[in-house]
Amino acid sequence: MALKTEEMVLNMGPQHPSTHGVLRLELELEGELVLNVRPHLGYLHRCFEKHCEAMTYPQVIPYVDRLDYLAAMSNELTYAITCEKLMNIQVPERVEYIRVIMVELQRIASHLVALGTFGLDIGAFTPFLYCFIDREKILSLFELTCGARMLYNYIWIGGLSHDLHPDFIRLAKEFVQYFKPHVAELNNLLSYNKIFIERTANVGVLPLEAAINYNITGPSLRGSGIKWDLRKNDPYSIYDKFDFDIPVGKGTFGQVGDCWDRYFVRVVEMEQSLRIIEQALEQIPEGDVTSALPKRVKPPEGTVYARTENPKGELGFFIVSNGSLNPYRVKVKPPSFVNLTVLGELCKGCFISDVIAILGSIDIVMGEVDR
Amino acid sequence: MIFDWLSSLIGNEIIAGIICACLPLFLFILPFALVAVLMERKVSAHMQDRLGPMRTGYHGIIQTIADILKLFQKEDIMSNEVDKPLFNIAPVLTFIGSYAAFAAIPFTSNFIGTKLDLGIVYILGVSSFGVVSILMAGWSSNNKYSLLGAMRSAAQLVSYEIPTFLVVVTLITVTGTTSLLNLSEMQTGHFWNWMILGGPGLNLTKFLLIPFMIVGAVIVFISTLAEVNRTPFDVPEADSELVAGYYTEYSGMKFAMFFLAEYANMFAVSAIVSALFFGGYQSPFGYLGNLLGVSWLVPFEQLFWFTLKGCLFVFVQMWLRWTLPRLRVDQLMTLCWKYLIPFAFANLLIVGLLVVL
Repeated sequence: MALKTEEMVLNMGPQHPSTHGVLRLELELEGELVLNVRPHLGYLHRCFEKHCEAMTYPQVIPYVDRLDYLAAMSNELTYAITCEKLMNIQVPERVEYIRVIMVELQRIASHLVALGTFGLDIGAFTPFLYCFIDREKILSLFELTCGARMLYNYIWIGGLSHDLHPDFIRLAKEFVQYFKPHVAELNNLLSYNKIFIERTANVGVLPLEAAINYNITGPSLRGSGIKWDLRKNDPYSIYDKFDFDIPVGKGTFGQVGDCWDRYFVRVVEMEQSLRIIEQALEQIPEGDVTSALPKRVKPPEGTVYARTENPKGELGFFIVSNGSLNPYRVKVKPPSFVNLTVLGELCKGCFISDVIAILGSIDIVMGEVDR
Repeated sequence: MIFDWLSSLIGNEIIAGIICACLPLFLFILPFALVAVLMERKVSAHMQDRLGPMRTGYHGIIQTIADILKLFQKEDIMSNEVDKPLFNIAPVLTFIGSYAAFAAIPFTSNFIGTKLDLGIVYILGVSSFGVVSILMAGWSSNNKYSLLGAMRSAAQLVSYEIPTFLVVVTLITVTGTTSLLNLSEMQTGHFWNWMILGGPGLNLTKFLLIPFMIVGAVIVFISTLAEVNRTPFDVPEADSELVAGYYTEYSGMKFAMFFLAEYANMFAVSAIVSALFFGGYQSPFGYLGNLLGVSWLVPFEQLFWFTLKGCLFVFVQMWLRWTLPRLRVDQLMTLCWKYLIPFAFANLLIVGLLVVL
């Protein structure tokens, strides 16, 4: 006689240690096998887009910080670029350099959290804290610059809120020298660990075609083996002045586009960001950072869309202006939300532990998913 | 022997036996669990560039006592849906299982809970108690995470007992004894008499045995690591997947019992590994007491070496925990059935041949 069996529905989250916030996953399980995954969103929804319509353009910036709160500088840059495009503002050279330095530091900080928490999801606790030690140094640099460690309100439309601290350049150079060996340390401790490779290689393989169909962007897309980075492919700010490479997933330990590839793309990206920061710190000109700040941000009527390469992927803002002080409509194209859509596809037929690994490897921030 | 001394003092062998068997618990395991929890926190902290507990006492040495006091005061939360009898028995059973193993572990040549001739077999038997209690805890909690954790744990513990037992059988063929006391007695003298270096005596067989003994020690260490659910084999309580595995629903003192049992278990398996391969309570360099002619010093030295070796292996377990990621449940099974068990079998066959020849 066959035993009567049934599938178990497991609610993972919204309070769960590794759903990276308040994501709720509905897993259909057959023993340890996952048959189906359905993400449920909205626990962190705070009406960002609607809220923007009631605020003036500069007032939106602090709220933009709270989208991807691990990469607030990058969000600010995207929003500022969008508004500047709408108003046709040319920002001074020094502002561009400072912005690039900040955004690349932010990319390293964001990737450190992504890599550390990914390790934590796999069960390695120590690399997580090592990553956070380094991230703290970056946050201290930000604190020196603008007084805040997480939500900065530093990059303004047409410039910056204020200039760098006199010590910043020296400290940033020190940080670059300090951080370089730490990437190798992370590789030795985690990336090339046999158990880590076993857990991540050939797990959650995202084929290139599926990645493009799902509109995946950022390291998750590059992990699938395509060189697509807006800093190179659609240069904004002054990225065309710097010499850096775009890492792609090569399928070192398994198929192209597995969790390990997505993970390792981030590791190499940190090294490339260090290269950009080094060049920018050498070339940074003198100048006034507030000279192009408009007295009143009142863009002409029209629509605008601008996008940048955020740590998590392609962040875009679509703004409709009716010529008043408030935006008529702000629409965000958030990378985390778009990347999350592929989760159900990736998780079919894997183990429970793999769901955690896959979720960690696509690196989402709930603040951006729910807005 | 402590047992003889106690029975002559009390005049009743049964009561003396009970007291004798309880002594390790109160003299050793409970204090050890306190020390081990603090040790874990300090070891992990220093590995991670932190300080760990610093405020309670000098460098936080009374932190664990404060934690236990806190757990005593905690409300014992129990959901309405739990299977109450099983839910209440499970932590006690875990505790019994891990404690009962200590009854047959020789702490010194004079101090052993009960002088069982089948010591090692008994230990392997009672440590299987853990499976039952974990399944009980997981099932009675009426929680899906607990159930998944319990299922994983049962599969894991049952599988990993096999390589352990195969290696133990290997040792039995070499030494011809199943009593840990006799086994430890055999490894007396200096460290070259330890089983990892082929055991006592000086002949060709001893040198031929060395590589196989090392393989056996590695296998038994890995599989005991899996039996106590430590990283990289902590899938049953994988905190990033199953919240806390089979003890997700427990709180207060019941949780503390699981917790203490885990640390007691860690020491138990360390003691077993050291008794099997590393001379148990024997000193690696001979005894100061024998040198000075002070015979009462010898047992204390033995206790010192026993604790030191045990703590050393516990430290290695912690070291691994804070360095390695976690295996997936199928990889865990692969490791056991495809690698450890064949190797243990081959080891057993070769060692058997060597001994016969």
